Order: sequence, then C-alpha cells, then structure tokens
Amino acid sequence: MKSASKFSWMTPVTTGLIGGVVALFLSLVGIVEASLGRYVITGILSMGQVFLLAVYAIFAVQAAQKATPEHGEKAPVYRTLACAAIAGLMISIVLALLVVVGEQIDLRGVFIHATPVLYDLLTFGLGVPQGIFVLLGFGLLMGILFGVLVLLPKALRKSIGVGLIAVPVLSVTYSALFAGRGLQLPVAIAVFVISAVAIFLWDRFEKPIRTRSQALPSGQQRTMRLGVWVLAGLFVLALPLLGSYPSEVLVITGIFVLMGLGLNIVVGYAGLLDLGYVAFFAIGAYVMAIFTSPEITWFPIHTSFWVALPFAVLTAMLAGAILGIPVLNMRGDYLAIVTLGFGEIIRLVALSDWLKPLIGGSNGITQIPKPTTFGLAFDNPQKLYYIVVIGCVIAAFIATRLKYSRLGRNWMAIREDEDVAQAMGIDLVRNKLLAFATGAALSGLAGAIFASKLTSIYPHSFNLLVSINVLAVIIVGGLGSIPGVIIGAVALVGLPELLREFAEYRLLVYGAVLVFMMLRRPEGLLPEARRKLELHEMSPDVAE
Amino acid sequence: MKKSAFFVIAVLMIAAFVLAACPAATPAPATGGDTAATEATTGDTASTGGDTASTGGDTAASCECTDPVGCVTVGADDPVRVGWMMVVSGADATLGLDSKYGVEIAADDRGTIADHAIELVGEDDLCSAEGGQTAAQKMSADSKLTAVIGTSCSSAARAAIPVMCNAGVPMISASNTAPDLTAADRPADYWCYMRTAHNDLVQGAAMAEYAYGAGYRKAATVHDGSLYADQLQQVFADKFKELGGEIVAQEAVGPQDTDMKPMLTRVAAAGPDFLYYPIFVAAGGQVTKQAKEVPGLEGVQLAGADGIFSPDFLKAAGDAALGMNHSSPDFSAFGAEYPALLEKYEAKYNTKPLSAFHAHAYDAFNIIANGIEEVAQKCDDGSLVIGKQALRDAMISTKDFAGITGNLTCTETGDCADPKIAVYEVMNADPETWDPGATDTSNPMKIWP
Amino acid sequence: MLKNLRRRVSGTTIAMWVIGAILLIVVIVGTVRTLLIGKYTGADWTDLIVYGISQGSIYALIALGYTMVYGILRMINFAHGDIFMAGAFIGYFVASYFDQTGFLEQNLVLSLIFVTLVAAFTAAAMAVVLERIAYRPLRRAPRLVPLITAIGASFFIEYAFLGLFGSGIKGYPEPEALKGRVSIFGVEILKTQLIVIVAAVVMLIALWYFVQRTKMGKAIQAVSEDKDAAALMGINVDRSIMITFLVGGALAGAAGVLYALLFRQVYFFMGFFPGLKAFTAAVLGGIGNIAGAMVGGLFLGIAESLFPNLVLDGLGIPAPYQLKDALAFFLLVLVLIFRPTGILGERLATKKA
Repeated sequence: MKSASKFSWMTPVTTGLIGGVVALFLSLVGIVEASLGRYVITGILSMGQVFLLAVYAIFAVQAAQKATPEHGEKAPVYRTLACAAIAGLMISIVLALLVVVGEQIDLRGVFIHATPVLYDLLTFGLGVPQGIFVLLGFGLLMGILFGVLVLLPKALRKSIGVGLIAVPVLSVTYSALFAGRGLQLPVAIAVFVISAVAIFLWDRFEKPIRTRSQALPSGQQRTMRLGVWVLAGLFVLALPLLGSYPSEVLVITGIFVLMGLGLNIVVGYAGLLDLGYVAFFAIGAYVMAIFTSPEITWFPIHTSFWVALPFAVLTAMLAGAILGIPVLNMRGDYLAIVTLGFGEIIRLVALSDWLKPLIGGSNGITQIPKPTTFGLAFDNPQKLYYIVVIGCVIAAFIATRLKYSRLGRNWMAIREDEDVAQAMGIDLVRNKLLAFATGAALSGLAGAIFASKLTSIYPHSFNLLVSINVLAVIIVGGLGSIPGVIIGAVALVGLPELLREFAEYRLLVYGAVLVFMMLRRPEGLLPEARRKLELHEMSPDVAE
Repeated sequence: MKKSAFFVIAVLMIAAFVLAACPAATPAPATGGDTAATEATTGDTASTGGDTASTGGDTAASCECTDPVGCVTVGADDPVRVGWMMVVSGADATLGLDSKYGVEIAADDRGTIADHAIELVGEDDLCSAEGGQTAAQKMSADSKLTAVIGTSCSSAARAAIPVMCNAGVPMISASNTAPDLTAADRPADYWCYMRTAHNDLVQGAAMAEYAYGAGYRKAATVHDGSLYADQLQQVFADKFKELGGEIVAQEAVGPQDTDMKPMLTRVAAAGPDFLYYPIFVAAGGQVTKQAKEVPGLEGVQLAGADGIFSPDFLKAAGDAALGMNHSSPDFSAFGAEYPALLEKYEAKYNTKPLSAFHAHAYDAFNIIANGIEEVAQKCDDGSLVIGKQALRDAMISTKDFAGITGNLTCTETGDCADPKIAVYEVMNADPETWDPGATDTSNPMKIWP
Repeated sequence: MLKNLRRRVSGTTIAMWVIGAILLIVVIVGTVRTLLIGKYTGADWTDLIVYGISQGSIYALIALGYTMVYGILRMINFAHGDIFMAGAFIGYFVASYFDQTGFLEQNLVLSLIFVTLVAAFTAAAMAVVLERIAYRPLRRAPRLVPLITAIGASFFIEYAFLGLFGSGIKGYPEPEALKGRVSIFGVEILKTQLIVIVAAVVMLIALWYFVQRTKMGKAIQAVSEDKDAAALMGINVDRSIMITFLVGGALAGAAGVLYALLFRQVYFFMGFFPGLKAFTAAVLGGIGNIAGAMVGGLFLGIAESLFPNLVLDGLGIPAPYQLKDALAFFLLVLVLIFRPTGILGERLATKKA
C-alpha cells in the first residue's frame, strides 16, 4: 500500500467529477437556491454561491495536492496548476450538463429544485450558449486560483485559507445570532485580513510564549492557570449579555449538557447502551408539570418550581431503577432496543386517550409556572441560563466525583467485561441499577427545567430523536469524557440552532456533519485519556 | 494547523460578538458597526431615529415613535421584513411548506408594502413547543421584524405567542386551530396573536350539524394524537351527541401508522354510519383507502376536515376518496383570485398544493401588509416607522377584508377566519380535477349548506 | 463466595420472572375479558391475523437487512429504513412513468417485476455506497461510532430526498387488476396482501438458499463467525461485507415496492418507523439470525394487528390502536425477560452481543 504510486492524469479528472457530483447534488437538493437570499457579504456574495465556491475550492485543492503522488517526487508547478484547473473544469462541466439538459427537458417532474432560478445562477444570468462558456471559464479560473494557493509557502497558504473560511463562518454566526443580513464588504475584508494576520502571528509566536510560560516557576504557573479558570468562569457567566436568542440557544445546549452528563454515566462509564433516555426526561418534565400546573386538578399539591424539583428528580431516579430491573440480564443491542422501547412506551402512553383525563394527552399540560426565587422570576432565557448553569456545574461535579470513586471503577470494570467484573466480586445488579438511577436523575432534572422553561409540555416533545441526539452528543464529544459532553452539546445542539437559517436543510447538514465528524475523529472531539490510548493502541492494526 | 485555526476563529468570533452586543449598551456604533448600526432606532442616515436631531421640521413629528410598545423602523432603501414561523422539516413538513409557499406567493403578488420591497425571513417551528419557543426567541430578537405569520402547529403557538407578544411583534397563524388560542379567557400575553385558520369549535360543530342533518345517527371518530385532530373530533363528538346522535367509537392512530385495517375492523364492529377523521394527509389517505377494504365499512360515509382537503390527499388516497365528505372553509365565499393562486402555486413550486392552508397564509400575509400600510408613518427621507401596538390593533380590527378564504373580520380575540364552513363531496379522485368553488359542480362539489 | 454469587443472581432472575409473570397475567386477563364480551366475530379475528401477516412480511423483509448486517458487523445499521424508503421512492418514478404510458395496465406482471428490480437495484447500490463511505473506515472503531454515522447517514438520506424530490406524498398507481379480494381456503384476502405475502416468502426462500447453499453465502457466514479467521482462510472479508449490504439493500428495496403496493404512499419520512419496527422485529427474533428475523417480523406484525383489540380492549383502555407500538415494545420486553436473546437467538447469547 505504501509504495510510491505513479501519477496519472485520470486522478484530477475523477476528483473533479466527484466534486461535480457534489455540486450537482447541492444544486438539485435546493440548498444553493434557498440560500441565495442569505448574504455572506451583503449584496455581493450569497450563501448559495459560497456553497458552490466551497466545492470548487475543496476539490481543486485536493486535485492539486494529488498532483504529487503519495511518496512520489514533488510535482512540477505546471502539473499542480493543471490538475487544479482540470478539477475546476470538470465541476463546471457537470454543472453545465445540468443546465443544458435542464433547458431541453423539464426536470422538475422529478427534481423539484431544478428551477430556472438555479439555471440562471449557474449561467451567471447569461442564458445558455454564453453562460455555459462563462461557467466553464469560471471553473478553469477557480481551479487555477486554488492551484496557486496550494503552491504558496505554507504560512501564507494557511493564513489565506483561514481567512477565507473565517468570513463565511463569522458571517453566518453573526447573522444567526443577531438577525443580521450578512457582513458589509469592508467588514468582511477586515475579518479576512484580521484572521489571516492573527493566524500568521499565532503560528509565529505560539511556541516561544508557551515555552516561556512553562519556564515560569510553578507558583506563577498555578496563578496563571487559576487566572485562566477565573476568566473562563466569568466568560460563562457573562454569556447571557449576548441577548435573549443566544441565551435561548445556551439554555437548550445546557439542557442537553445535563442529559449528556447523565447518559454519559450510563453509556460512557457503565457501558450500558440506553436508547430510551428520553423516558426519564419525560418523567421529570411531567412530574414538574403535575406538581406545578394549576390545570391539574386531580393532584392535591400545587407548589413552586423549587419544591417540585426534588420530586421530579427522585421520581425519574426511581423510574430509572425500576426500568433497569427487567434489562439486567440483557446485553448490548438487546438492551438498546428494549430501552428504546421504554422511551416510546412512555411517550405513547402519555399521548394516549387512556391517560388523557390525567395528563392531557395530545393537549399536553399547560400553564406551568416559571421558577421564581424571592420574588425574582426566571422568566426569560437570560435568567433561566443561570439555573441551567448551576444544574450543569452540580451534574459535572457529581459525574467527576463518581468517575474516580469506587463506584466509578466498578462501572468501568463492568463496561470492559461483565463476566470478569462479576467474577471479581462486583455486584452487577447493584452497580447497574445505580448507573441507571444516577443517569435517570440527571435526565429528570433536565426534564424539570425543560418543562418550566416551555411552560407547556406535550408528549411529542419526548420522541426518540431526543435520545438519539443525546447519544450523538456524548459520542461525538468523546465517550466517558466530561468536557467532551459540553463540546459535543455545543457542536450538535448549539450550532444546529444557529443553522436554523437553513430551515429544511438543517438536518441534512446535521446528518452529513455527524458522519464526517465520526470519520475524522472516531474517538470524539475531546476524548477521555484512557479511550484515546485504547484507540491508539489499536491504530497500527488499522493502518496495515 | 487545525487546532490553531479553530482557536483563532473562535477568538475572533467571541470578539465580534462582544462588539456586536455592545451597541445595545453604548449608543456609539462600535466596530462591526456597519451592520450593527443599521439595527435599532439609530439609522445610519441619522434622521429616522427619534433620539437624533431631526432634519426636517414638520414631518419629523410624525416620524417619532409614539407607540407604547415600540416601533419598527425601516430605512429608506431597506425592505419591510415579514417573518414566517412554520414547520418545514420532519414528518409534518408538508403542512408548513404549504403555508410558506402561500406567504411567498402573497409577497410576490403584493410586490411592495408601503412602497418598500418585501423581505421574508423564516424559522422552523418543528411543530413542537420547544421548536416554537426557540423560533420565537430568535425572531423576537430581530428589531426589524414587523410581524410574523405562524405558527403551523398549535403546540408551537402556545410556546411562541408569549415570547412574540413580549416583544410586541404581531403574530397571525394560518393553521392553528386550537380553541384556547383565541378563547375569551386567553392569557394576557396572547394579546398580539390572531389567526386566519378556523377555530376547531366552528369547524367541528359545522360538520356535526351537517352529519346529523343528513340523517346520520351513529358516528365514529378517529384522531391521530395531534392537537388539531384530537380537538376537532372532540368538538364534533360533543356537538353530535348534543344534537341527538350517538358516538359509537372514538379511536386513535399514530400519524405515521400505515396499517389502519385493524383499527378500522374495530370501528366496523361498532357499526357506525358516519366516520369522521379530521387528520392529516398521510394517515388520512390510508384510512380512506383501507376503509373500503375492511368488511362492514363499505357503506359508511367517510368524512375529513380541512387538514386533508387538498389535491395531495387525493393523490394519497386514490380512488377510495370518491364520495368522501370534507368540511372546509366555503370556497364559494372565496375570492375569485383563488384559481389564480392555485395556478401560481403550481407554476412556482411545480406541485399541487401540499396541504390546505396556503390560502389562509396568503390572506394572513395580506392582513399584515394592509395593517402596515395603514399605520406606517412615512418620513421625509423615505423611511418608515411602524408602531407595534398600532400594527396589531390595525390587524385585529380587520373588517370585511375580501381575502381568498372569504370575507375576513377579526374578533377581539383574534379569530379572523370567515366563519362560513361548507361541506364538500369528492366527485372525482383525479388530483388534476381539483378545483373547489370554481363552479357549483366543480370537483369537489359543495353539498352543504 | 461462589455460592453467594449464584444465590444473588438467581434472586434477580426470580424477581424478573415475577415481573414477567405479572405482565403475562395482565395480558391473559385482557384477552379473556375481550373474548368473553364477544364483540367480534371469528371472521374479524381471521381478518386481523391476515392483516398482521401481510404487515409482518414487510417487517420481516426489512428486518433481514438489519439482521444480516448485524450478524456480520455487530452494528445497528440505522439507515436501513431509509434505504427501504429510497427503493420505494425510485420505484415510484418508474411505476408512475409506466402508468402514464399505459404499460402498467397492459403488462402488469412485467412492469411490477421491472419496478421491483429497479427499486432493489437502487437500494442495493445505496447500501453499498453507504457501507463504503460511512462504515468501512470505522470497522475497527468502538462499536458506538458506526452507530452514530448510521444515524447521521439516516438523517442525510431522508433530507436529501426531501430536498431532491419534495415533501409531498406520492401515490403509487393502482392497477385495476390488483383491486379487490380473493378467497383462499375460505379466508377472504386482499389481492395486494396475497402478493406481498407470496413475494416475501419467495424472497425469504431465495435468501435462505443463498446463505446456506452458495459459496458466497457460506463466506458471509464464516465472516460473521470470525472475521480474522475467515480472512486467514482466504475469504475476502471486504467483499463478503459488501455483498451482505448489497443483499440486505436489495431486499429492503423490494420490500419498499411491496410496501407501496399495500399502502401506496411514498414520502421521505416513510422509512423511519418501518425501519424501527423491523429492527425491533430482528431483535425479537434474535438478532443476527435470519430465521429469527422472519419469525420476529411476523410476530410483530400479528401482535400489532391483533393484540390491541385482544388485550387492551378487555382491559378497558380506550382507543387501543393508538397504543399498538407501545404494546409491541411491551411484548418485546416480555419476550426478552423470558428469553434474553430473542425467540430464536441462541448463537450470539453471550460474549459477542
């Protein structure tokens, strides 16, 4: 495998063709057209165009890099450029074919997004014969440009690349958070320049600074680290200043962090694959609703958020232990499907006409009050955020302590090998049920906060996708790792909230990102040290 | 490489956010300001805002914001921003996309509002409470937003309405039908909400009256666990019983269920002569088709509501839809523009209407547009100042507006739909022939009242 | 020490059996009470069973794909339901084209076979591409990682179809010849149901033959037994896995067309729930076991059709069909309490699962 391969001119052609197919897909799926109105640079460059440009960029760069075959000699300049140009041209050819065919036959009977608007965009508004030539020329030009980029010295290349990425990323985030409509041209240029320069300087000076700081006496180092922690803490506390919508996103992310920390105990520590985690979330939410909503007349107690909270957590915990009993003997995927079943059973029963007189069925429970403390109502996301943060800090503390406790080590032993663990005298029943109960308690806490945040709950909110999302959060973050849960939630819950702009394409992007992330980093974004080690021990195995 | 790039972008982002968030606290436009400054009241031309020195003496007075809730200022060359909040993903996507298309066509038709271009912005309400709340939080943060058409689902509405009302942005839904949203005792923070969709109370009762009047005495209902269907069938059942009929079965299915025959066998055993299932297209199509295949239900009259009054439903149900009854807004009361709307719909989206609420959405948009034109103050420099409370008041006092879905008059609590409900019968199962209300005999044909 | 251990384990076993017994008693009480009321005729019950069998055969066909992939890779291919959807979708375009040209009514059998082949081919191709892109690079990664890529792929396929072909529900054409019922052994059965059941049986037999009798099938079995040993024996592991996906995908595509015959509707989200049910069926029957997938599918189909009426009605629960999925999962729990590895699952009993 590792022998020097020879260069073939077919490589850039295939690379380009793959790129063409990707561009074709993006066009036909409608994401290009739909994001035409969303500006990255106001009035100049739309998100839809950026998508297509990105395809050119990625595949031209790839083709240029492949001009130098693996372990082969470095390619001459002309070949690198030619490869990139060919790739760019191929992408254009595929798109041009779409336009030519589309102008002849109405593709809309099958592909609903093969619209004249799309063809117009692809031909630069010039119509068929001229537009096609421009498109092809454009492809060549893009190819050459990105080929040149590849040929630049490394530092420069990196600066420009980062700058190019920074502009759309910042623009989208800015637009998403502050209802903006793209960056103005000067701002975009400034962003480009600043990020390019910043990355350049960073690379230049990162090492000296680090070595110098490591050379500091340990006392000062500790102060520095403390300082960083304090700054980080202040930063977290200051986040709601961003406004109500960013806070809303943070609250949702926080709720998923809470659930993630809980599920992490069940799946990450104890190795019990639970696909029905939403059940306890639902139980927490419903207990909170029943205790606090004046709508529930059959229940004798009507109380405040704070009084109901421990009941919600305890009920969820109890439910975790009870539902844990029937699955004690099941393993792996049998466990997964049964827990998935529990999640669905809870949702369907809550929805049913049978329990409708008690918990409202499809009508849900409404009028759940928001939390209040000493007359201060947590009635907007900025304030709710602090409740969630407190919850997360407590949960993270519990999770960390448990991890290094005797219980945590028992769990890990069970995770690695149940039979051996049992033979070592670890009580499987007790430890497994404790894992289920602890996980469920945190989920119940999240559910209770969720209910009072929404002020009304419906069975539909507790569907399988929630369980799947939480699982994805902890695995993408790095199974078993607590910082990983937070990063995972930010990446998979927070960012998609920002992608709301793309409405119907959000889940398309989400799915693609999920696959991509797992392929690039199967161990997760911030893996637990032990797991990273395991994977790396294994890696030579993979390479051969 | 990757780590450092990530770090730099992250730092930049944080810096940008801090800067972007700053103008709220300090009036001076900070960096990142070219965009930030166009927000809020201080326009870059420095003449629209109330706090800056006015340039023109007499018109300036009319340009000041006197609205108790606040104003939306539209810059001279800026478009008027109208939002939609609908479910455009997941299993209910057809419902939201259909309304969204209605809004888009309405915006195309209208062209301009008060001589300003129109900008549509949208959010996915996910057809759930949490989706609605997040969408509302996001939209309410947009200080340029004049009004919102949405939500698609009543559960989303309940979570979204208080948020929008706190921000003072009027909200008008094309497909929420839950009675409590416009009930007389609705919460105070629902003040900004209205709808062009039919209150379940109206539609369910109309169907019951029709069924009883047509001689049916034993009715069965089916709902799909959605708020809409559940409430509609309950209203129907209550009214039908009140009239003297008997409800022999109240069944339920899941919205994604496909095999309805077991459930229908159960219904058949109860021996109804009328089966009412006000559900959505996918499940509704299955019930219709399979009712013809279950012994004992051959002679039973099938009936649905406006959720499945669409050509898409004919596609889903096939020939079995023949002879089926639907309650729906009375198309003969519909404006003459409806056929034109259908034509535009098909031309633009290359599909028959996906669901039944595009016309309601079309009207909702126009109610907003009319409201804005009524209350917007035009300033010398061409900018607009729109009072939020004033806009809501103008919208909710809509009277005799000749919309596509009839003659619309809003009640004090925001029910704007024309209360005329008709019952239609499907005369031809071919979706191509779908043209209710074009003539007295066009398919589906109006049979009641 | 050992004695102590054994006692404790048997203690939990007893507890579980008690729980199981209580649940079982509830089921029996419901059944007896329903039967005593006598609201339904014998014909009603046979109808319900027939409905269950036809629905169950589709579950079984989809479940085969799950179970084969599970058997060979020990991973839950969450995107399998969407492969099924893709097959049905592409089949729809061919079928409606035939319908427009009139070919469908003239040459019903031929066009049905062609539609099925196209659907099976598309679905198989998608399954293979999916394996190549999303699963193969992760073969040595922790078990949960491919599960997440599968979930990601599932979202991606669904929403790609939404974007490409729109969200509307598409109705398969209904050829005249397939309407109505036929009588078999005195049981009235819909023609479409008959076709579905027969086709499913034929495909299952073909699959059984393929796995048990052909060289490739044996290679697949060997790989699912032990990948490394199989590789040492000169079996091309990658190829065997690819063929598994190919066969599983083709069956799902064919199931998609059968499903469309029965229920007519196709839309982008249609794969999710049947996929979930089929997965349940595979586990119910004993995952990794081909016969188990069949048994599980049929059991689940019949349970969904029959049991809400039979069990829940007697317990006085209103609108029981709303709870059919809940009941299906409930039965799954019940079965797994007594047989923790599914109805026929023996092979994978301990370590591997």
